[in-house]
Amino acid sequence: MGKPTGFLEYTRELPSRRPVIERVNDWFEIYQELPQPKLQQQGARCMDCGVPFCHTGCPVNNNIPTWNDLVYRGRWREAVRRLHATNNFPEFTGRICPAPCETACVLGITEPAVTIKNIEKSIIDRAFDEGWIQPEPPDFETGKSVAIIGSGPAGLAAAQQLRRAGHTVTVYEKADRIGGLLRYGIPNFKLEKHVVDRRLDQLKAESVRFVTNAHIGVNVEVEKLRRDFDALVLAGGAEQPRDLRVSGRDLKGIHFAMDYLEQQNRRNEGLAISGEEILATRKHVVIIGGGDTGADCLGTAHRQHAKSVRQFELLPMPPEQRSPQTPWPLWPLQLRTESAHEEGGDRHWSVATTKFTGDEQGRVNRLHAVRIGPPPTFEPIAGTEFTVEADLVLLAMGFTGPVRNGLLDQLGVALDPRGNVQTDATHMSSVPGVFAAGDMRRGQSLVVWAIAEGRRTASAVHSYLSQ
Amino acid sequence: MTSRYPAPNGLPPAQGLYDPRYEHDACGMGFVASLRGEKSHAILTLGLEILINLTHRGACGSDPDTGDGAGITIQIPHTFFARECPLSGFSLPQPGEYAVGMVFLPVDSHPRLQCEGILERIAREEGLIVLGWRDTPVDETAIGRIARGSQPYIEQVFLARPASVDQDAFERRLYIVRKRAENEIAASEIDGKDLFYIPSLSSRTIVYKGLLIAPQVAKFYPELADPDVTTALCLVHQRFSTNTFPSWQLAHPFRYVAHNGEINTLRGNASWMHARQSILASPLFGDDLKKLFPIIQAGSSDSAAFDNALELLVQSGRSLPHAMAMLIPEAWTGNPHMKPEKRAFYEYHASLMEPWDGPAAIAFTDGRLIGATLDRNGLRPGRYMITEDDLVVLASEAGVLDVPPERVKRKGRLQPGKMFVVDTVAGRIVTDKEIKASLASRQPYAEWLEKNQISIGNLPEPTRFHAGDNSTLLRRQRAFGYTDEDLQMILEPMANKGEEPIGSMGTDTPLACLSDRPQLLFSYFRQLFAQVTNPPIDPIREEMVMSLTSYIGVERNILDETPLNCHTLKLPQPVLTNRELEKLRRLSYGDLLATTLSTGFRVKEGEDGLRRSLDEICRRASLAVKNGYTLIILSDRGLDEQYAPIPSLLALAAVHNTLIREETRTTVALIVESGEPREVMHFALLIGYGASAINPYLALETLEDRATSGYLADGITPELATRNFIKAIDKALLKTFSKMGISTLQSYRGAQCFEAIGLSRQLVDEYFTATVSRIEGVGLGVIAREASMRHEFAFRTPRDHEDELASGGAYHYRVDGEYHLLNPQTIRKLQHAVRSSDAKTFQEYTDLIDSQNRELCTLRGLLQIKSVAKPVPVEEVEPAKEIVRRFATGAMSFGSISKEAHETLAIAMNRIGGRSNTGEGGEDESRFQRDSSGDLRRSSVKQVASARFGVTTNYLVNADELQIKMAQGAKPGEGGQLPGHKVDEVIARLRHSTPGVGLISPPPHHDIYSIEDLAQLIYDLKNVNPQARISVKLVAEVGVGTVAAGVAKAHADVVLISGDSGGTGASPLSSIKHAGIPWELGLAEAQQTLLLNDLRSRIRVQTDGKLQTGRDVIIAALLGAEEFGFATTPLIAMGCVMMRKCHLNTCSVGIATQDPVLRARFQGQPEHVVNFFFFLAEQVRQHIAQMGFRTFDEMVGRTDMLDARIAADHWKASGLDLSSILYTPPLPGRVARRCVKSQDHGLDDALDHFLLDRTREALERQLPVELGPLPIRNVHRTVGAMLSGEIARRYGSKGLPDDRIRVHFQGSAGQSFGAFLASGVTLTLEGDANDYTGKGLSGGRIIIHPPRISPLIPEENIIVGNVVLYGATSGEAFFSGIAGERFAVRNSGATAVVEGLGDHGCEYMTNGTVIVLGACGRNFAAGMSGGIAYVYDEYNDFTRERCNLASVDLDPLESEDEELLRRLISKHMVLTGSSRARWILQHWAEVLPRFVKVFPHEFKRVLKKPQPTSLPILVTPAAVSAEVQHG
Repeated sequence: MGKPTGFLEYTRELPSRRPVIERVNDWFEIYQELPQPKLQQQGARCMDCGVPFCHTGCPVNNNIPTWNDLVYRGRWREAVRRLHATNNFPEFTGRICPAPCETACVLGITEPAVTIKNIEKSIIDRAFDEGWIQPEPPDFETGKSVAIIGSGPAGLAAAQQLRRAGHTVTVYEKADRIGGLLRYGIPNFKLEKHVVDRRLDQLKAESVRFVTNAHIGVNVEVEKLRRDFDALVLAGGAEQPRDLRVSGRDLKGIHFAMDYLEQQNRRNEGLAISGEEILATRKHVVIIGGGDTGADCLGTAHRQHAKSVRQFELLPMPPEQRSPQTPWPLWPLQLRTESAHEEGGDRHWSVATTKFTGDEQGRVNRLHAVRIGPPPTFEPIAGTEFTVEADLVLLAMGFTGPVRNGLLDQLGVALDPRGNVQTDATHMSSVPGVFAAGDMRRGQSLVVWAIAEGRRTASAVHSYLSQ
Repeated sequence: MTSRYPAPNGLPPAQGLYDPRYEHDACGMGFVASLRGEKSHAILTLGLEILINLTHRGACGSDPDTGDGAGITIQIPHTFFARECPLSGFSLPQPGEYAVGMVFLPVDSHPRLQCEGILERIAREEGLIVLGWRDTPVDETAIGRIARGSQPYIEQVFLARPASVDQDAFERRLYIVRKRAENEIAASEIDGKDLFYIPSLSSRTIVYKGLLIAPQVAKFYPELADPDVTTALCLVHQRFSTNTFPSWQLAHPFRYVAHNGEINTLRGNASWMHARQSILASPLFGDDLKKLFPIIQAGSSDSAAFDNALELLVQSGRSLPHAMAMLIPEAWTGNPHMKPEKRAFYEYHASLMEPWDGPAAIAFTDGRLIGATLDRNGLRPGRYMITEDDLVVLASEAGVLDVPPERVKRKGRLQPGKMFVVDTVAGRIVTDKEIKASLASRQPYAEWLEKNQISIGNLPEPTRFHAGDNSTLLRRQRAFGYTDEDLQMILEPMANKGEEPIGSMGTDTPLACLSDRPQLLFSYFRQLFAQVTNPPIDPIREEMVMSLTSYIGVERNILDETPLNCHTLKLPQPVLTNRELEKLRRLSYGDLLATTLSTGFRVKEGEDGLRRSLDEICRRASLAVKNGYTLIILSDRGLDEQYAPIPSLLALAAVHNTLIREETRTTVALIVESGEPREVMHFALLIGYGASAINPYLALETLEDRATSGYLADGITPELATRNFIKAIDKALLKTFSKMGISTLQSYRGAQCFEAIGLSRQLVDEYFTATVSRIEGVGLGVIAREASMRHEFAFRTPRDHEDELASGGAYHYRVDGEYHLLNPQTIRKLQHAVRSSDAKTFQEYTDLIDSQNRELCTLRGLLQIKSVAKPVPVEEVEPAKEIVRRFATGAMSFGSISKEAHETLAIAMNRIGGRSNTGEGGEDESRFQRDSSGDLRRSSVKQVASARFGVTTNYLVNADELQIKMAQGAKPGEGGQLPGHKVDEVIARLRHSTPGVGLISPPPHHDIYSIEDLAQLIYDLKNVNPQARISVKLVAEVGVGTVAAGVAKAHADVVLISGDSGGTGASPLSSIKHAGIPWELGLAEAQQTLLLNDLRSRIRVQTDGKLQTGRDVIIAALLGAEEFGFATTPLIAMGCVMMRKCHLNTCSVGIATQDPVLRARFQGQPEHVVNFFFFLAEQVRQHIAQMGFRTFDEMVGRTDMLDARIAADHWKASGLDLSSILYTPPLPGRVARRCVKSQDHGLDDALDHFLLDRTREALERQLPVELGPLPIRNVHRTVGAMLSGEIARRYGSKGLPDDRIRVHFQGSAGQSFGAFLASGVTLTLEGDANDYTGKGLSGGRIIIHPPRISPLIPEENIIVGNVVLYGATSGEAFFSGIAGERFAVRNSGATAVVEGLGDHGCEYMTNGTVIVLGACGRNFAAGMSGGIAYVYDEYNDFTRERCNLASVDLDPLESEDEELLRRLISKHMVLTGSSRARWILQHWAEVLPRFVKVFPHEFKRVLKKPQPTSLPILVTPAAVSAEVQHG
């Protein structure tokens, strides 16, 4: 399989992203494509390892060497089949996954890793372009029904898997549109929504039923679901944002990142926005939190033409190279520069926000901060206090778990010490027939984990229903 | 565990893992005869002298006075008996009118009388007259204690010939009497009946033998000293067996033969002989024939069984040479130059019966003729001489009799496939040519063949045959368990290149019986292979002896000789296309008629359904035979939703065994039409269990599909894919046979050279009768369930979002595939632990491995270590720094791994006092000194492998241990090849070869064809370096215990039992997966067998094979190991990530590569390896404490500290029973479980002590010393080696200045004369020498010429034996005479002149110069990749018939060649006085054009085009794997 000397002949090559000057003025995806021969060369870099660490580095266990080889050989049709065998939605992960597979790539020990993520995206985009992605309804109906609560990647993956196994599947979504985080959480420049829609079309054609504006435990009775369905899958995500309880937190202009990102996504689709509009245009923006959500806010703020954007992170700046504390093939502690960082803004490390102050209308205009030492104590360093202008503060400090009142309370499922839904090895919660998947079960995590969870839960539900 | 085979007298019954079936022996044999048939007592005396001079070829066990057996056959000494018998109260008629039986009887008088009575009664019933019994006087004090303990009562019985029958008919009656008596007494209830045995019962010959060593024979039988005991011929034999058990019967000679070697195909031969009993008929015997059954006595040794078969053929009327040529034919298929009549003779007899294959030198006599023959490979030595007074002497060695040189008329040797016969009545020698010519003209064989035999190619084309069906292809692939890997890693490479796929790094997946995935039945079997007691063959370089031809048809009475006997269908190879199968299906020619039986079972009915279907198939097969069908096609075509295919092997074996039981098996051929077989192991198994041909329709269809859908390489059409696949399977089959030392498909068929692991005894008894399966396991229920799992998958609708086939994951790790011990988690944890010196992470790593073990991956995973209530505090346990000294790293050559990796391991092991191993490939001498940093990069274990790369005297003396690699876990029975692109300047220098030129390691050590040869090599090495311990590396397989016992008796200090799973740089995938067995079984068997023989006390036992944790070490220790080898795990510690790309040179972490770019990426440190071993040792200490011990030694062999965990809940493993692994023979306490004493290597008698003493001036002060002439005999072995070792120790590889020590000898030198001779030493021998002369020559000079007074013409007479100059690295040799087979094999630098040689000259040579001034044997220069040979082609047949042109060009001489030739031939003339050389020089101008220059292609290419110092690093994978193919 593959080309044994490919890694010695070709260097790692990714398509360049669209030029910053162009992309910050629109909301389209930043990606470009490599020409086919180059992609095949990148596929040839795969060493077809006896123990492919990428394969377990990847939460859905993508059979990476196999489709790398197929791409190298130009066998795209088979490649997408192999990809779909482990991943329902490679078009999502191919765009927004941080690619733990690549950090586990064996070539990565001594050389830049294989461009696994880009190859994945190329395979699936081509498959859609060629019309290879068709509905695959089941051959027969089992007569069993499953309700899935939440239409994010975990819920959708579970829905597709269960439907294809012949069960009747209904997906409930509290928002007005299907997709969860994919729909309203991730900015268009990373994931255009037609990419989500085309996949939803497939699910619909496979007869997955979708019910929107259905907030279980609020406007839909939990008991009704228990009565109407043979099994329930909780895939509601971990939507409880972590807050910053410091003085001045109640000032106007301080928002959770997700509220901000959702609005822009609605705006892009021409949908109405309820409540106060959050816009960065001509504002000094400070984003608190140095992770992916923070980067999403950063890219969004630039596109809204903010006056300035700063991003504060509690932790010290990670090393440029893999830290020795996280040796290969572990997920490396390492400085990551996202596309949004290329577009501008300042990143500040080892900074703790101490308070916000505002103007007379109660609007925030300054952020007070101090430089701090390393974890675990994060000792403030005396004399390093400073303030910055801040008209819009976005809190992107992660999530503390699922929203507990409502659905979870009413179902009476047990929670684990971290506040997530506790399950057994089969992903079944303390309530028989009620399963959990994705962030709701494991806490805030990656889209690829959500897909993996959805698939594993679906398999457990299927076994449960087949008993 | 009981064996179905009764143990021969003296051997213990099967117990634990020991089974007497696997005893081996080899030996020295010889004869002396008066050509004129003159009887004398002197002949007998000479015979006994020969025997005594062969003593070193025999062995003794724990009792030094008890040998393995010795004996003689002579003509009946009538004068003596006529004088003696009246003393016993009866008198004898004339010679020829009576017979003497030598009879072994029970000791107690009552049972003895019973036996005598039965014998007498039977004799009378057969119409013979009992004259009387004579108590044979024996001297019990002459023999060893153990021999005495098992000694039978020995008497002679005298039977008179009735006047009505002639002597031949008398002999036949005697034969019947003997067989009947044997059978009746064996079936009786008589006490001590096991002692009853009739060594001989004949009117012509008598056998005196016993559990003796050579000098004891004459003493034990005092009558042999009586001058009245006269004979015209005397056949002698000294045995070396692997065991120490007393057995009087297994001594040779048998009734007709004495055998040196081994019959590898014994099981098949015996089973076919049994199968054909029902169709045997002989007018000479009539109804009496049945009294002879069983023809092959149960429980007999291979030699005895051969004797049984020979006896039948001879007694039913064939001449002795005819019968011999039938049983051990010479290689005829691969010899286009053989005379057509002779070919026809062999081909005719090939359709009668399969050859008895294996290394064999067999001496035979019927009392008139005495002779010897050699098998087709010529792997055993046989030297003869004829004297002035017409005495003929033949023996395993030259020089066994001290005959003055002027009286020797002729000296010769047995040649491969040739026969040498003395007719004592006609008073002449019958040459091979004459014998064969007369045999060939017996009948019009060619005409018979022409009329009766057909070839598949000549059959009419079928009108229709099965075409592929794409619509059901996937379903069928699923039903037969195809995986992605089967397509990508097995089928595609074969279709693309016509070669078997290669892999690396061993295997770490569960045994089939532990795997959770459905396994093919094939996966439960392992291939057996040859090691030590017989050699594997090189099927590529020695292709001329190999054959895939077989014959289909009704076997007829082999005792008859009619045209119809060859009414057969000839198949050139066993893999049939659909078209060819259809030809057979429609066959109607004579009585060839085919029928097809469908082999499905109703899948819903599970085990019952399967059993019912099998019964039904067998019933229908029996019926088909009764109805006259002669071909049965077992077909699994046409499966559907209800019917699943029965595993093809099961269906086949069921029918095969049924028909054998019904004794109709030889009337029908079985052909398998199956979707299942796709890799070579599958084909080998089907053939091994009796298939004549196989149509792998689904594999062929799959390839067709892959070709048409563009998966295969450019230009590979479906037709080419099929052709390539068949070619690959054919080549790989030959390799599989050759691993076992078997040359022909005909003898492999039905030979069942396999061991099952994890099949229940019941299943095996019923369907795989006589196959070894030692830990019980699955039965029909599981087999049915596995089939139904595949069937269920097959009939599920394939979905677009699912993989079409299971991923497999058997070779490369996959999450959804087969389980691997070494997976991302374990590799990561181990690397993190050793790099951060973190014991906790190491514990996490071992927990993962150990728990995986418990989750059923390995046998050790099923064992539990017991602990005691009161553990010892860990602090009181032997410290870790002591324990790590027991650890060694595995043999990995510099060449297979990089310099950096190799030296890192050496430094680490030297730091901790463990041992690293050079592997096969020499070692840079700069590593023999400490670095400035104080580190030593020297590997303390120096390996001696088959290619002897870089094995110089200096290499050998710079070692603490010399390891003889008999086999390698990942590819036992195979050689290897280092492709040219891996041979850079440094590697070439160390291996004494040329950069860029590929290097071949032969499958066998050419100086070890049997156990006594191994003893000789051990002796050689011990002479060179008496301080080093000698270790022998074996690979676990059934019978390894008896081999280990033989190794102990051959005086090795250490025996290493390697498991099957070990890593490798490059090996065929089929070998990685299917050869060898886990070390748990092999180690336990070795320990048990060594204990039973009381040999354990004098040999250390080491084991290796994917040992990874402290728990693994403990289990190995409790099973009997004292030392432990690790290769894969230290590599991982250094950074290996199991890419399994070693064979491609693309190791991305710089370990298994020579590419400088990749080597620069190596990140391993000695500390990582040191950490690993100390972590391990600490874990070991914890366990030792838990078991209540304080020292390591206390636990060695304590199997009572292990529990076999019953895996009751696992669907497969629940049937396993490991009690045989945990068995310890009940022996007294004085029998030590571990090594407590050292071996006696017998060095004290070495002639070199004298040489060392007399050359002190030269050794100490480099002054010239000249000695001699000294007398030398064949018992003086390895002369010069100890002296050379001493020189190397003092002066390194440079040695002494040329000619500083000169020693002259007169006489016949023993084996290994001048072995490892160092620079500065010249040995001159006036006389002749034996095998292995100049082995490993390291700069010295050897000159051998006939005595000046000898009348012999040197170029017509043999002067040195076989395998001369094997592995020589430098130096010179001049032989004025002919050398035997395999002259200068693997020469890598020596210069030699010789006046003629046998077959396979200059094989695998990589450097040096060889000049041949006379006739060459066949297959010259096979595998020769370097150096140059010049051959004087006197008869202009060299190019056409003698030379193997696969790797060499034959070029005209250039001027520098002429100069070199002239110089060397002149030197030869001066040094040896050669008349040949003088004649050539005198006629220089005329003879010069007759010289041919043999110039290897690769060598020429490299010499012509100077290599850049750094080789191109990028290689095309196709080229790489093509070159490594031979593995």
